Amino acid sequence: MSVWIISLLADGVIVQFLPPAATPMAHLVDQLFFWMVGISGVVAMALTAAIGIVMVRYRRGAKRNRKFHINKKRELWVEFTWSLIVFVAFMAFFYAGANLYVKAFSRPAQALRIDVTGKQWMWKFEHPNGAREIDTLHVPVNRVIELEMSSVDVIHDFDVPAFRVKHDVVPGTHMHLWFEPTRVGSYDLYCNQFCGLGHSKMRGQIVVMKQDEYANWLQHQQVPGSPSEQGAELFRAHGCSGCHIGNATVHAPHLAGIYGKTVHLSDGTTKIVDDAYIRDSILFPKRDVVAGYPPIMPSFRGQLSEGEIQLIISYIKAMPHRYKR
Amino acid sequence: MNAKSDQIKEQFETLEQQKSADRLGMWIFLATETMLFGGLFFAYTASHTLHPHVFSEASHELEWNLEFGNTAVLLTSGFTMALAEIAVSLKRRGLTTLLLLTTIFLGIWFLVVKGVEYVDDFQNGIVPFIAGGYFYTGPSPEIAKLFFNFYFALTGLHAFHMSIGVLLLFIMTTLAWRWRDPDKLTRQMTIVGLYWAFIDVAWMVIYTTLYLLQQ
Amino acid sequence: MSAVTVPDVKRPPHFPEEHYLNNSFSLKSWLTTTDHKRIAWLFFVALTFMFFIGGAAATVMRLELLTPAGDLVSDGSYARLFSTHGIIMVWFFLIPSIPNTFGNFLLPMMIGAKDMAFPRINLLSWYVYMLGAGVLIGALFAGSPDAGWTFYTPLSTQYTDPATIIAAVGVFIVGFSTIMTAINFIVTTHRLRAPGMTWFRLPLFVWSMYAVAILMLLATPVLAITLLMVTVQHWLGIAIFNPAMGGDPLLFQHMFWFYSHPAVYIMLIPAMGVVSELITTFSRKQVFGYEIMVFSMLMISLASFFVWGHHMFVAGESVYSALIFSVMTFIVSVPSAIKIFNWTTTMYKGKISFDAPMLYGVSFIGLFLVGGLTGLILAMTGLDMNLHGTYFVIAHFHYIMVGGAVTAYMGALHYWWPKITGRMYPEMWGRAAAIAIFVGFNATFGPQYLLGVAGMPRRYHTYPPVYQVLNEASTAGAVVLAVGYALPFCYLIWSLRYGKIAPPNPWGATGLEWKTASPPPPHNFEEPVMVTDKPYDYIKYDAEHGEWQGRP
Repeated sequence: MSVWIISLLADGVIVQFLPPAATPMAHLVDQLFFWMVGISGVVAMALTAAIGIVMVRYRRGAKRNRKFHINKKRELWVEFTWSLIVFVAFMAFFYAGANLYVKAFSRPAQALRIDVTGKQWMWKFEHPNGAREIDTLHVPVNRVIELEMSSVDVIHDFDVPAFRVKHDVVPGTHMHLWFEPTRVGSYDLYCNQFCGLGHSKMRGQIVVMKQDEYANWLQHQQVPGSPSEQGAELFRAHGCSGCHIGNATVHAPHLAGIYGKTVHLSDGTTKIVDDAYIRDSILFPKRDVVAGYPPIMPSFRGQLSEGEIQLIISYIKAMPHRYKR
Repeated sequence: MNAKSDQIKEQFETLEQQKSADRLGMWIFLATETMLFGGLFFAYTASHTLHPHVFSEASHELEWNLEFGNTAVLLTSGFTMALAEIAVSLKRRGLTTLLLLTTIFLGIWFLVVKGVEYVDDFQNGIVPFIAGGYFYTGPSPEIAKLFFNFYFALTGLHAFHMSIGVLLLFIMTTLAWRWRDPDKLTRQMTIVGLYWAFIDVAWMVIYTTLYLLQQ
Repeated sequence: MSAVTVPDVKRPPHFPEEHYLNNSFSLKSWLTTTDHKRIAWLFFVALTFMFFIGGAAATVMRLELLTPAGDLVSDGSYARLFSTHGIIMVWFFLIPSIPNTFGNFLLPMMIGAKDMAFPRINLLSWYVYMLGAGVLIGALFAGSPDAGWTFYTPLSTQYTDPATIIAAVGVFIVGFSTIMTAINFIVTTHRLRAPGMTWFRLPLFVWSMYAVAILMLLATPVLAITLLMVTVQHWLGIAIFNPAMGGDPLLFQHMFWFYSHPAVYIMLIPAMGVVSELITTFSRKQVFGYEIMVFSMLMISLASFFVWGHHMFVAGESVYSALIFSVMTFIVSVPSAIKIFNWTTTMYKGKISFDAPMLYGVSFIGLFLVGGLTGLILAMTGLDMNLHGTYFVIAHFHYIMVGGAVTAYMGALHYWWPKITGRMYPEMWGRAAAIAIFVGFNATFGPQYLLGVAGMPRRYHTYPPVYQVLNEASTAGAVVLAVGYALPFCYLIWSLRYGKIAPPNPWGATGLEWKTASPPPPHNFEEPVMVTDKPYDYIKYDAEHGEWQGRP
């Protein structure tokens, strides 16, 4: 009985330090965690007590009955029994943990998708309508939010203690994480994978808002314009315009009006400029170089998302109307 | 304490015990070598599953026919090494030296052909880590780099082991030429023979996975 | 077990005329020695030096964490401190700690051999260790290795100081030292056992060295090749883990943890071996379930090769592999749990005395228990997705590696000190240090569990102010811990000159190492050894020598 009280006390201490639980998943994790702390507390107390009693009772010099006879067969039975008990308990722990894990890693169907990009040392977010934020993410309460996460440099980790979930953000691939905040409020966001010197400053906030407030907030965000306008923005931001437009000094093909045309490549073949070719040229610029130009363009692999590439392509398509040589 | 022959190091009681300890030590060392190559093969296999098609295409750039001959050379050297071990146990000084020299010759031949292939690779533009050494035109040249990296890592690691093996054989040849202590030499030859056999086997695995299985 | 020489316990202790320490004195005789006992000393000195460097780094880190702001050291220095601390403590202290000092010293003596099977390789192992340590310390001066001890790509290869790679080369080199030692252990155990020393008469410490050697042999080469690939990736641009070229950074993690999880057991299994010796000696009772103890160690060493993925539950491995690694982790924990039960049952109905080594033995059980139970929590996939990467993990592995491995190392140090030096350590100081370490350790790392529960991520140079109280508590505890570790350093050196002269067998223990003089003669035993008994037969010992009356 007293051990249960002690383990309850342990849980009581832990509660003091727990961050708020802002999702149903967080409550489930806490529940399981309390169970485990309780069980561990009981086991630890029981064993410590057993060792303590044995040490005092059978100390050298104490007059005790020390007859200890056990034959090999009984010894094996004893070992087998407690191994079995331990094994069964461990399998139960495994099951309880796995159950929760599978739930957390099943991707939800109806979710609000938000793009997350980790970068030394900031978090960039992009809402479905194109609104962008840095380090602070606004989300509506009571909706399933699914993050589509990628990194442009090293491995980061998206960790919100109040949601009790986290996941690494690995360059070169997309990782997913979902949560369903049920409490309005502002929660800490940490990077939880060492990502360089600014690691501990790569922190942010998740602001959970009432749904109508979120809708209102979203409307007032400056949303970039049509796809080709957004593409133009990216075209400038990534420095494409430095070489590929008008009177640039670097020797690179001018792109105005190039879409749909046939170009001659340095290996003597020809290619029609279509979406696939532009995409390949951005990601693997050295593969099909247009004849007469040096292969000097850097690859933008990992720096541009597929969506951004689509925007740039739509900008290049629209180019002839806006830039004439 | 009864007098031991000075062949036996002082921590051992009998020569047989010492011999078996040496052999066991070498086998265990080869187990760690297997894990060393095994780690690299694991990485290769994992990357291969990610990009099977690109890897398969890229492997066509390797000169499997050149290395086919080279494999035969290496296997022959394994054979001459085994013969040298027999020769030394039969206490045939001249024959041992000759067979060891043959083994060295074949080993160096292998390394030279390997070098020739590396030069060819450079001319064919599949050396990703040297400036100007890479102009592969097959599918996904960026990812194909990964295959070529593994190719150079595996064959390079093997060639490094080969060089150490050749060095050991040179030492053995000198010892065989001097012929001071044939019994000790016999034991040493067993150890070096094991190492040489490991190099053979490692090459067979590399040749099969990199050159043949992809075709 | 009985050797031919049975020392007379009644005679007042005296030094033997010639022993391994006084048969030659020159520096050259030490640097070219092939005596396993002297090589153990070489390692002991080098390891102690490295332990204090790593400890100093930890001290500065704890001071920095007193306040939420980064006011003591810069972010770069902090990263360098925790990387240095991790690399040194893992590869240059913990992994070689018990095997290369006590394993080297005791393994041949415990099986009745004159030396290791390959004494020169044994010495070479030390030189390789020194070379690796030299390269690492060079890296500290050349720049700042600051990617953490885990060397995660692409951070380590493309985004940090090149000195990170030099540090990786140091670790690569020290791996060969580990491999050489392991080959020696296995061959020695197989081929050099004294007549009558059958496999199931081996002391559990020898079994632990054997089990750990298997782990070292099979795991270390994989680390070597992984670090080699990282190195060439950095220097030659051979990109195998670089995502920008189709490589897979997760592959690095798989290969790294394929080594580094077994590495935890490389640290722990020797500790289990030591504690088995301590508990049985000071309970004066045979180890309960000797065969089970042996099999559980072998099982741990084999099963630990299949659990590495539990470091990657939230790193991007598939759900199925996460579940498999989770279940494997629980399976490998079963033998560890059994060992705790067996130690407890060994004490039951024993004649327990509380000398300093026993205090360390018992605190090992307690700390290992806490570390193990919290390890179960982390092995549960559903809880790890919350606790992964937080201070909960830090606390957990420090309970295992420091509370477990280092405590056992300290226990071994006190237990075999009379054998190694021929002098007794001062008992009261020994007990005081053991208690200070136990209390200080819990005060340092206990609060870190709570920090983890509160969500504080590891490797944070600055942190939100809510975590300050617990961090201060932890730093306060670290002061006690530091005193606890400094004490033995002082009184053990003192005892080298002023300690009481030790008899051959101060603890009334049964192992072969106690049947020769303290310190032992250069070839361990004056006369050939013959073993006729099962291990730890204290009933027979007491019948022959009379009941043990406590340390002299």
